[in-house]
Amino acid sequence: MASSSSSHLPASVFNPRRHVGVHAERVSDVASTEFPGHYPGEDHSWSLAKFKETLKVSVKRLSQRSVEFDLVGVDASIANAFRRIMLSEVPTLAIEDVFVFNNTSVIHDEVLSHRLGLIPINVDPRLFEFRQDIPLDRNTLVFRLNVTCERIKKASKDGPQYINEYVRSGDLEWVPQGEQESVFASNPPAATNKDIVLAKLRPGQTIEMELHAIKGVGKEHAKWSPVATASYRLHPLILLNPSKPVPPHLAQKFASCFSPGVVKVSPDGQVSIDERHLRKETMSREVLRHKEFEGCVELKRIRDWFIFSVESEGPYTPESLFPESIKVMRGKIASIREAAEALLADSQDLGSGSAPAASAGPDADGDVEMA
Amino acid sequence: MAEHADGEEEWARIAEPNWRGLGLTDPIKSVEDKWLLLPAFLKVKGLVKQHIDSFNYFVDVDIKNILKANNKVTSDVDPRFWLKYTDIVVGFPDRTDADAIDKSVTPHECRLRDTTYSAPILVTIQYTRGKTVVRRANVNIGRLPIMLRSNKCVLTGRNETQLARMTECPLDPGGYFIVKGTEKVILVQEQLSKNRIIVEIDTTKGIVQASCTSSTHGGLKSKTYVATKKGKIYLRHNSIHEDVPIAVALKALGIQSDKEILLLTAGNHEAYKSSFAPNLEEAAKLGVFTRHQALEWIGSRVKVNRRVVGPRRPAWEEALEALATIVLAHVPVHGLDFRPKAVFVATMTRRVLMAMDDEKMVDDRDYVGNKRLELAGQLLALLFEDLFKTFNANLKASIDKVLKKPSRTSEFDAFNTMQFQGDHITAGFVRAISTGNWSLKRFKMDRAGVTHVLSRLSFISALGMMTRISSQFEKTRKVSGPRALQPSQWGMLCPSDTPEGEACGLVKNLALMTHITTDVEEEPIIKIAFMLGVEDISLATGAEIYGPHTFVVNVNGTIIGLTRYPARFVSNFRRLRRAGRFSEFVSIYINHHHRTVLIASDGGRICRPMLIVENGRPRVTSEHITMLKQGQLSFDDFLRRGLVEYLDVNEENDSYIALYEKDIVPGTTHLEIEPFTLLGAVAGLIPYPHHNQSPRNTYQCAMGKQAIGAIGYNQLNRIDTLLYLSVYPQKPMVKTKTIELIGYDRLPAGQNATVAVMSYSGYDIEDALILNKASLDRGYGRCQVLRKNATLIRKYPNGTFDRLADAPVDENGQTQKKYDIIQLDGLAGVGERVDPGDVYINKQTPTNANDNSFTGQAATVPYKNAPMTYKSPVAGQIDKVMITDTENDQTLIKVLIRQTRRPELGDKFSSRHGQKGVCGLIVNQEDMPFNDQGICPDTIMNPHGFPSRMTVGKMIELLAGKAGVLAGKLQYGTAFGGSKVEDMSRILVENGFSYAGKDMLTSGITGEPLEAYVYFGPIYYQKLKHMVMDKMHARARGPRATLTRQPTEGRSREGGLRLGEMERDCLIGYGATQLLLERLMISSDQFQVDACEECGLLGYNGWCPYCKSSKKMAQLTIPYAAKLLFQELMAMNVVPRLVLDDA
Repeated sequence: MASSSSSHLPASVFNPRRHVGVHAERVSDVASTEFPGHYPGEDHSWSLAKFKETLKVSVKRLSQRSVEFDLVGVDASIANAFRRIMLSEVPTLAIEDVFVFNNTSVIHDEVLSHRLGLIPINVDPRLFEFRQDIPLDRNTLVFRLNVTCERIKKASKDGPQYINEYVRSGDLEWVPQGEQESVFASNPPAATNKDIVLAKLRPGQTIEMELHAIKGVGKEHAKWSPVATASYRLHPLILLNPSKPVPPHLAQKFASCFSPGVVKVSPDGQVSIDERHLRKETMSREVLRHKEFEGCVELKRIRDWFIFSVESEGPYTPESLFPESIKVMRGKIASIREAAEALLADSQDLGSGSAPAASAGPDADGDVEMA
Repeated sequence: MAEHADGEEEWARIAEPNWRGLGLTDPIKSVEDKWLLLPAFLKVKGLVKQHIDSFNYFVDVDIKNILKANNKVTSDVDPRFWLKYTDIVVGFPDRTDADAIDKSVTPHECRLRDTTYSAPILVTIQYTRGKTVVRRANVNIGRLPIMLRSNKCVLTGRNETQLARMTECPLDPGGYFIVKGTEKVILVQEQLSKNRIIVEIDTTKGIVQASCTSSTHGGLKSKTYVATKKGKIYLRHNSIHEDVPIAVALKALGIQSDKEILLLTAGNHEAYKSSFAPNLEEAAKLGVFTRHQALEWIGSRVKVNRRVVGPRRPAWEEALEALATIVLAHVPVHGLDFRPKAVFVATMTRRVLMAMDDEKMVDDRDYVGNKRLELAGQLLALLFEDLFKTFNANLKASIDKVLKKPSRTSEFDAFNTMQFQGDHITAGFVRAISTGNWSLKRFKMDRAGVTHVLSRLSFISALGMMTRISSQFEKTRKVSGPRALQPSQWGMLCPSDTPEGEACGLVKNLALMTHITTDVEEEPIIKIAFMLGVEDISLATGAEIYGPHTFVVNVNGTIIGLTRYPARFVSNFRRLRRAGRFSEFVSIYINHHHRTVLIASDGGRICRPMLIVENGRPRVTSEHITMLKQGQLSFDDFLRRGLVEYLDVNEENDSYIALYEKDIVPGTTHLEIEPFTLLGAVAGLIPYPHHNQSPRNTYQCAMGKQAIGAIGYNQLNRIDTLLYLSVYPQKPMVKTKTIELIGYDRLPAGQNATVAVMSYSGYDIEDALILNKASLDRGYGRCQVLRKNATLIRKYPNGTFDRLADAPVDENGQTQKKYDIIQLDGLAGVGERVDPGDVYINKQTPTNANDNSFTGQAATVPYKNAPMTYKSPVAGQIDKVMITDTENDQTLIKVLIRQTRRPELGDKFSSRHGQKGVCGLIVNQEDMPFNDQGICPDTIMNPHGFPSRMTVGKMIELLAGKAGVLAGKLQYGTAFGGSKVEDMSRILVENGFSYAGKDMLTSGITGEPLEAYVYFGPIYYQKLKHMVMDKMHARARGPRATLTRQPTEGRSREGGLRLGEMERDCLIGYGATQLLLERLMISSDQFQVDACEECGLLGYNGWCPYCKSSKKMAQLTIPYAAKLLFQELMAMNVVPRLVLDDA
């Protein structure tokens, strides 16, 4: 699906109203102007049909840990809301309580605990509830960390000298509680990355702790953020000025001002933009620096074409993070709707039930209702 | 063997490619890579070598000289008795405990146990026992605190593994002492040089004076002046009541004829002759013509301090003695040959005449060549001499006491007496170093604040302290001269590193490559000078001395002779020095103004190495450096081969030094090794300092010492009073060569923060910073504060003792919450959390500890609780508990309590460019702006910080840091070099970024692009020790001072917040009288008094004791302080009467 749409950009892309101007020293037209009342004689009121027509979501790249997808046809506020939710409001599990029974390593209890908290855990948070007060098998995951370093008795000179020289996230031992054993039988909870060094030990040093992981959101602490980062950039657009072509002898230099592959140079020195690779452009604005290219080219970005890039930390597959953020968003909308409806119901109650009383005289605040 | 291993490790490290991909082992193209000599220099010399060299000189050489000067003890009672010291050695540090099996001791043990790291001073004595002469070796006379990493220290020559075994940090420079567990540094003291003539002019009074402070071995210092007074010249000295007319002085010194006096002073110069003439008249007027008359004249004016009662000596003899031994004592007088001294006085006079004739001929006191630095060794030598003399006096007194007894049971053995001399020397050293008071009456020395506690706030603060130089100038004097930056400081003293405020310019720091000389024997030097054709001064007349082609040769300020070929003499002399025939620290130079050749071999001169240039080419070639990298040559070989030499400030001024190889012209004599060595160790941390406004570098020098980071590899084994550590220190993205040389990259103090230079939210005004909450969550700026709490479990003289007790149990078998962490031994468990108010040492003291009449059973006495409670408002953890014995067998308990802190609003941060700021707001990650890669800043800095500060270096640091991140390597910001902006921009463009370092950001709040590009990249940020948690304070009600009943002062006493004079003025101006009354009296020290309207005095209970009546008593409210004032006045017989009136 990706290949068919990007070989030729849709014509609407060249609509100047969709453009953010990228100039040498400033950015122009950052905000959308297509809202009701801005353009005389144009109707920009929101319509579902139009929204359905313009909205496009397409995945461009998907790997084990990250996804790049395009979100076209929404306002920055909507796209940003999803980005923000992915960063801070999609819940995950992280270690919150650490019970230290013994720690003779050089790393201090609270520093080690902090490090433990930041380990991403591969458990689907949807299977857990938020912990209210008491830990239960439905809201708490228990790990044990028991590591003792010892000297290898007959170690070769250049090989490793110690057993458990490094305490790694893979040393976390899951302790199933209640029904967890059956629920997670197929995929036992562990750290997503087993090679995170937590501490270094020397013979005789030991760490013995119990760790409780609970569900939380990134707003509270970054350890509960499900993403390494989630962000977007606007789709770049390079407009060549037909009335001032790039001089053929400078074509190579012109091309080198952009990311590789973005600008094509034909054998006779004609310059053209490869629209399939346009999204690779990093907008370094290098071309605007050279006097000889002044007026040859205009740099733009498309205001409502968001190239999202989301790097998952593990608990969610990268492609499920965006839907998850929509779920959170819908939850928020639902609660606002509930509240709004309650408000509406209240005012209707007031309007019908207590109207005679209100008209009788000043109310509790001392305001007199005007007729 | 150990040294060898150490060397290999060191070389392996240096040989790693570390600069522009070059290591010491890489091929050298030209002498461009001559900076590699710098690590070689630091390898032999080190950063604190001046302290260590000075101490080594004292221990190995000077202490023997002192012994030689005081080597005999005789008895007034028995003339046949004598005791002679034949040798003295300082041993290695050992344990003083008598029953210890392992006598070896490490410095770290001394730190922990609050003991002194000291070694025995052992002497060999010969003395008479009856009729036999007895020799005894290794007699202990006391203990000397040992400087770390000196010759006598156990750490010297150890490799990293061995040091680790002794819990010592390999990067610790040493050069300090450990006395009673505290690390003490003897700061370098700056003084005016001794035995040199300094000519000054007082333009307001029109006085020209030449002064000379004489100092000889033995310490007595005296100052001699030759000064003008009403157009005539006089010699002035403390030991003579009256100023001596110069002609009289010279006559007394044996220059009898007026012609000769004139020749020796004015020479054949007409102007000098005419201004000197009145002095000859003066002598004639006084009737002084012959030497005898002159001596008589002076003799009657000499201050005589006669101790020995004997026949009064004639005046001329007094004068002769004074002139020979007290006036200008450093000029030798052999067998009443006063000629050299006469010539010296004549030279002083001539200098005065020259300055009278031409004002430019005065000397500059602030010139670094006229300064000498006094180091630990010299101060300790003085102290030792004083203590040793007292020791000998005490020894003599007790020997006399024994010998006085008419009959003795056994033969007298002085050795036994010596054993009972107590620890005068040991205690003297410990007292002087731990208090810093050098009060040696014998040498008229009374200095306070000589030693300082080594600051362990950060690695840099410790290092900075070791290179610090303090001036003898008073801080209060408002003079600019001594504080100003002197051109002669170039390369010797750091131009940036000086404190702000009162000590500005008076406290200085050494530059990276400086060395301070120790004394070199001058006799061989004088011999060499004579061998090179210098004519003895005693044979010369005035006409010859000031002849047209003659130059006077001085050695350490004393005139020794003349030469007619100064240039040839100097170059021959230098050739011998470069050949290593005598010490490389002897300097020689020509002063053309005074027509003198000056040779200096005294200690305390600042010098630095430089490449020798001959025939327009540096003598160091790439082959030499190739051999250096292969380890075939060391820095000392470079010296020995005459490729490199040390120049002191004076000789430097007589040389023509090229900064770079390209600057070499035919007259060039030397080439700088590297220009960045003109900065010190602390200023060397700043990247691109040559792009910054100069005061910013100075500010950073002060702030770098407050940065929280790693302080040493042994930091977690230390128990210091207060220790700040960073949890995740990082080495800077933009390093300097200095950083690598001093090891800052291995003990860093800061983190590479991604900074967006933009305005955000308005909580960033006045340099405030915005921090990213997610960064803090992930450990940015996290630090630890460790605080020591110590107590002694004492044994009292009456047999009772303190004890530790487990937690007390109430009747229900419950323990109080505050005893939760106390274990059975009465101490808190390691790793436990301490909450405010918790007890961590449950100590109990006997109720009758000070009752010396108590004789009962110590175990049965009643005890009272004396627990140590945790007072900080925030919980901490018990980090360490140590129980040990001190030197005097008291049990010492130290508990280290740790707090781990995450940055909060108001914590102070700073970049490396003197740009400090406090955290103004902590912002959620999603609200932070982000760039196309999705990177959001750790810190947002307001761009208003740039225009007025002009810290361009910071901008370049960001650019270089960003390029380094993209290229995957560290960049360099070395002073006068470093990675070029052009290269950095190229890397940025190659990686798809704007060349300017400005990124297009998207607002995290609106989701729309920001309309401006934002300067965005990593800058190394330091967290400073000033944290809100340690400072915040407020009070509504609280304790009051007993005397005045006003609220107490200060946070530590939970004090009130003062409404001061200026605030008071505002309220008066505004007319808010009731508010004033409330603030100043009602809320402070309101007090009801009864006063009598009749007599106006205070009474009580409605009764006036003065009027003996209660009729006219009135009650009024006054501040308690006012009532106190009235009573204190009454105590001084002043009657304060109140005049009461109804308002």
